[in-house]
Amino acid sequence: MEHLISLFVRSIFVDNMIFAFFLGMCSYLAVSKSVKTALGLGVAVTFVLLITVPVDYLLQVHVLGPDCLVEGVDLSFLSFILFIAVIAAIVQLVEMIVERFSPSLYNALGIFLPLIAVNCAIMGASLFMQQRITMPDTNSQAITSIWDALAYALGSGIGWLLAITCLAAIREKMAYTDVPRPLQGLGITFITVGLMAMAFMCFSGLNL
Amino acid sequence: MSQLFSKANMEALTNPLNLNNPVVVQVLGICSALAVTAQLEPAIVMGLSVTIITAFSNLIISLIRNSIPNRIRIIVQLVVVAALVTIVSQVLKAFAYDVSVQLSVYVGLIITNCILMGRLEAFAMMNKPWPSFLDGIGNGIGYAIILVIVGFFRELLGAGTLFGCQVIPQWCYDHGYVNNGMMTMPAMSLIIVGIVIWAHRAYNKDLQ
Repeated sequence: MEHLISLFVRSIFVDNMIFAFFLGMCSYLAVSKSVKTALGLGVAVTFVLLITVPVDYLLQVHVLGPDCLVEGVDLSFLSFILFIAVIAAIVQLVEMIVERFSPSLYNALGIFLPLIAVNCAIMGASLFMQQRITMPDTNSQAITSIWDALAYALGSGIGWLLAITCLAAIREKMAYTDVPRPLQGLGITFITVGLMAMAFMCFSGLNL
Repeated sequence: MSQLFSKANMEALTNPLNLNNPVVVQVLGICSALAVTAQLEPAIVMGLSVTIITAFSNLIISLIRNSIPNRIRIIVQLVVVAALVTIVSQVLKAFAYDVSVQLSVYVGLIITNCILMGRLEAFAMMNKPWPSFLDGIGNGIGYAIILVIVGFFRELLGAGTLFGCQVIPQWCYDHGYVNNGMMTMPAMSLIIVGIVIWAHRAYNKDLQ
């Protein structure tokens, strides 16, 4: 239990998807103009992460790992293709569910809903999970069971949600400031994210 | 021969280098551009891998563009890209193991690099194979240039080295010069990219 909580908190603050690994940057910069859509996308990303990471975990442990299907065969080189297929399928599924049950959110997210399939944060979480399976039990980053994978997915998703909501709030306020012309738009956004990342660096001292 | 390097073809190659740069103008593929640039060597390897993958995925998709059903084109593109990335990742593991460990998950994340999907959708799906190939090389190099610029400053100011060799002489340190450890942290890469964008837009007035 302790391990689950520390993994969860760690993946929100210390191993934050945006500020520590820069994953999902493209949609992070593109959708962070208003808090409302940012929140919607954050929830969608968290939801997709929550499904894909455990599914990919089961695939990695029971199909791809060394000696799983056939004795003496290590299929982990197939992981890229298999993971991206799982992600694309689940994003398709989420898209259909959202369209059926919440048309307003579906319209607000527009093109960015199908684009979650190529959001690096989703693929990145699966690849980090694959790396962490081999870590020793004592390491607080290790993922050794399906519950660990779930906690990691939820933490990463919430971390991403937190980051995109914060940036959207700052950008809404920043619309009223006088920024030098060449720095307007993208340039100042990058520098803002850099300063936010610096603030998040102080969490790396947390002893979990 | 002259037809192979006609004006339109050369534009496909050179436009992404400056005025239509994938990173600083189109804001694609930011994730990996930020994460692998703490040192120059992984930055160059990453730039090279992306160039090869963009060029060949553009070529393959352009060759089969007329036989891809429109509804499943994203899946087809993802599979082609994932296969190429798997090949590159295996080659890196075999011939440049140290660098591939440094790049860790970011090699796999080339699959979800937005530059690839962007070019496939916007160019390869509606152009002949040869211009698509050139467009892929141009975009890959445009991406690599930014990586090299950011990597150069981060390694020089952060560790005083280039390619792992000491560049800043010892007497500077004797007179009180200190490496800026901040530069090796993730946060500074965001700020450096922000400054690169600033400089690029200040120079190219029509982009503002």
